[in-house]
Amino acid sequence: MIRAPWTIEPRLGGAGRSALIAPLAAMFVTVLVGAAITSSLGVSPFRALYYLYIAPFSTLFNFGEVLLKTAPLLLIAQALAIGFRAKIWNIGAEGQLILGAIGGSLLPIFFNDSDSILMLPGMVALGMACGMLWAAIAAWLRVRFNANEILVTLMLNSIALQLLYYLVSGPLRDSTGYNFPQSVQFPDSAMLPLFITGTRLNASLLVGLAATAFAWFFVERSMIGYKLEVGGAAPNAARYAGFSETQAVWLSLLIGGAAAGLAGVFEVAGPLGQLQRVVSPGYGFSAIIVAFLGGLNPIGILFAALFVAVIFVGGDISQTSAGVPYAVNTVLQGVLLVSYIAARLFVDYRVRLRAPLRFERTQLQWRP
Amino acid sequence: MDANASAASNLEGGDAPLLELIGVTKAFPSIVANNDVSLSVFSGEIHAVLGENGAGKSTLMKLIYGVLAPDSGRIRWQGREVVIGAPAQARSLGIGMVFQHFSLLESLTVAENISLTMPGEKPRGLEQRIVEIGGRFGLPIDPRALVHSLSVGQRQRVEIVRCLLQQPRLLIMDEPTSVLPPTGIPALFETIRRLASDGCAILFISHKLEEIRALCQRATVMRGGRVIATVRPAEETNETLARLMIGRDIPTAARRPPRPAAAPALQLRSLDYEPADPFGTTLKNIDLTVKPGEIVGIAGVSGNGQRELAAVLSGEATLPRPLRASLLIAGAPCGDWGADRRRRLGLAFVPEERNGRGAVPEMSLTKNSLLTAHRLDMIRRGMIAFAQVRAYAEACIKDMDVRCSGPSAEARSLSGGNLQKFIIGREIGLKPKILIVSQPTWGVDVGAAAAIRRRIVELRDSGAAVLAISDELEELLEIADRIHVIFRGRLSPTLAREEADGALIGGYMTGGFVAAHDARKAVTA
Repeated sequence: MIRAPWTIEPRLGGAGRSALIAPLAAMFVTVLVGAAITSSLGVSPFRALYYLYIAPFSTLFNFGEVLLKTAPLLLIAQALAIGFRAKIWNIGAEGQLILGAIGGSLLPIFFNDSDSILMLPGMVALGMACGMLWAAIAAWLRVRFNANEILVTLMLNSIALQLLYYLVSGPLRDSTGYNFPQSVQFPDSAMLPLFITGTRLNASLLVGLAATAFAWFFVERSMIGYKLEVGGAAPNAARYAGFSETQAVWLSLLIGGAAAGLAGVFEVAGPLGQLQRVVSPGYGFSAIIVAFLGGLNPIGILFAALFVAVIFVGGDISQTSAGVPYAVNTVLQGVLLVSYIAARLFVDYRVRLRAPLRFERTQLQWRP
Repeated sequence: MDANASAASNLEGGDAPLLELIGVTKAFPSIVANNDVSLSVFSGEIHAVLGENGAGKSTLMKLIYGVLAPDSGRIRWQGREVVIGAPAQARSLGIGMVFQHFSLLESLTVAENISLTMPGEKPRGLEQRIVEIGGRFGLPIDPRALVHSLSVGQRQRVEIVRCLLQQPRLLIMDEPTSVLPPTGIPALFETIRRLASDGCAILFISHKLEEIRALCQRATVMRGGRVIATVRPAEETNETLARLMIGRDIPTAARRPPRPAAAPALQLRSLDYEPADPFGTTLKNIDLTVKPGEIVGIAGVSGNGQRELAAVLSGEATLPRPLRASLLIAGAPCGDWGADRRRRLGLAFVPEERNGRGAVPEMSLTKNSLLTAHRLDMIRRGMIAFAQVRAYAEACIKDMDVRCSGPSAEARSLSGGNLQKFIIGREIGLKPKILIVSQPTWGVDVGAAAAIRRRIVELRDSGAAVLAISDELEELLEIADRIHVIFRGRLSPTLAREEADGALIGGYMTGGFVAAHDARKAVTA
């Protein structure tokens, strides 16, 4: 047997106090790594730090962009966290978001001259339904055939993307749009009201905050939330109590699908104003990072969403102002997740050095 | 006899002790687990450590085995002062330990698990020796079986065999008899005596006073972290030992004869059940009736289908719809119902595993109350009324004398016995019509076990039907009105309390009823 010179022991108790340590450490490491990467590309570290983390707060417009990107991250991450607590791993929010964007675009594309006040509610309903439908495929396969929902939701992302490409290049393409792969511009009735003049921030942030409040009550106070939590923490205890695993799978995936679908509607009805080949800079994936960075806790997720949104906007600004590649954005999100997971190890466990063995094996009298 | 003689000469002050603890103290943030404990063990001696849960026995053994380090005090091994920094070091000294809580990796086979603690050994090469040593000491075990498929009793066998393979000079055994059939205990004692006569010292932790008196030359009695006395158990009675251990007399349950109602509360009719787990035990043609107002006991060596039977009855495992009528609750066929629907009919269940099944380890006792008690007006429009839940948890804690920091304590912070008291309190608090309880007092100290048994009998007297599944025959003989024995998935005919004696049940436990039972069935069919 290989004997490592250390052991890893769980720390018991005190979880509440140290809950902030891991995310803060991960954010600190991410700030440093961000400066290091950008300065290696010829940008001075202080300028890099400024563009990445200060500039997003420097003007009203930039801060509006941060909040605009916070909204979908918040909305999706809150919903995913509910499933993650139940250990139902929905990795397909990106695909569900795309389906939501498609579903939400149908009304403004086919009723392009309508100014009905039912336009937005209709888009929201259709978009959420499409997101849920996409998630339902994974739920049904899991419940019926025990197909792993991680793989199914992940693969459905690619299918959703191809479906979007097909639709914007064909059936939903603007026939007067010089063959660009995009839909017609949406009418005003299909656009979310702006929130603060001088920014692109719209009402989606309010929905994100409402989702946070809803998630808090769901997780902390509702019986359904409790059942999901038991199913995730101790599946045998859930079976013992008679909490249905089937229900947990359906509920977790449908909540995620609905939230991601809604976020998709908000993208086309907000900053985009039409259906395009790119409807999301990867919110569905980043929301997974947000959910974990927030410790799967509704309040923690609120701050985590804000931080990841800063990385998004800071990455954009670094690209336009300092010529730093946009990929830095993705790299930083990866660093954030990895350093969070690493920090969690040290928060949840204690690493103890072991004394070296000092004794020879004693000669024994008794032999079996 | 040699063993006794040589150990006795050691005790008279001949050789130095093999292991000597002098003034050892170990404190945890909330409790001083060992306070100035001194203990000496001689080669060839069988030495009992006796005490209630929380008396500090486990901590003391962990200090000896290098799992914990003492705050102060000295440990001498063969006269030399040593610092035992890790279990590997304890093993290299020649100290082996059979834990009450097992340290086995579930996804590996028996042989692979054992090879992990045997440097330089390949699992394949160990298989033969495992079978051999298992055969010799009456611990039959399949070296290629995956540990997750083994019952608790079988897992303990693996732990014992693992220690024996390492040829220890001092073997610490934590409640080793709790998973053996009565017929298997003499064989284990023979093993222990033979080990002792070869010079191996045994530290034998148990709360079964009879066993200690029969087996051990000396006993160190602990209470509240201190050594109360070191006695020669053969010269004591059960009563004097128990009084030393708990500091007062054990309350005995006053027992009224059962008054079972006519209509059965729970019934199995020719139940056949094939578990999903390929290593599980198939239940064959089981007939069982439990009436309100009686306690029916299921005895048997662990791994003979107890787990599967409990799962089928609780609803954690369900029957296919065509077979739903093999299980009747209050006359209603409900074999295909899940645990939730059965609980709505008044069924409550205390499982064998506490952490992870009967309770969620990371959750507070308050939230663990909600697990099964949520039906008691604790949910308003889908929202949890936490004040009620907390009050229920507090009532369970008070009622069963659960030692914990309060309803906010995490389930995993409680000792196994205390968590069991909480779970039993929670299930009894539901005022069930049917209570199924599996291993009610496994690992629970004497005083608490007596309290649990008294509560179960009280529940019966209030008109509930109780089914108790236990590996401890004495326990069933104490509480049950009728006893069945389970053997390889088949259930023996029922034995009334009066006719159930050790020999008859021992015969049943090794399958003595099967032939006669089949013959009778053939005649009636």
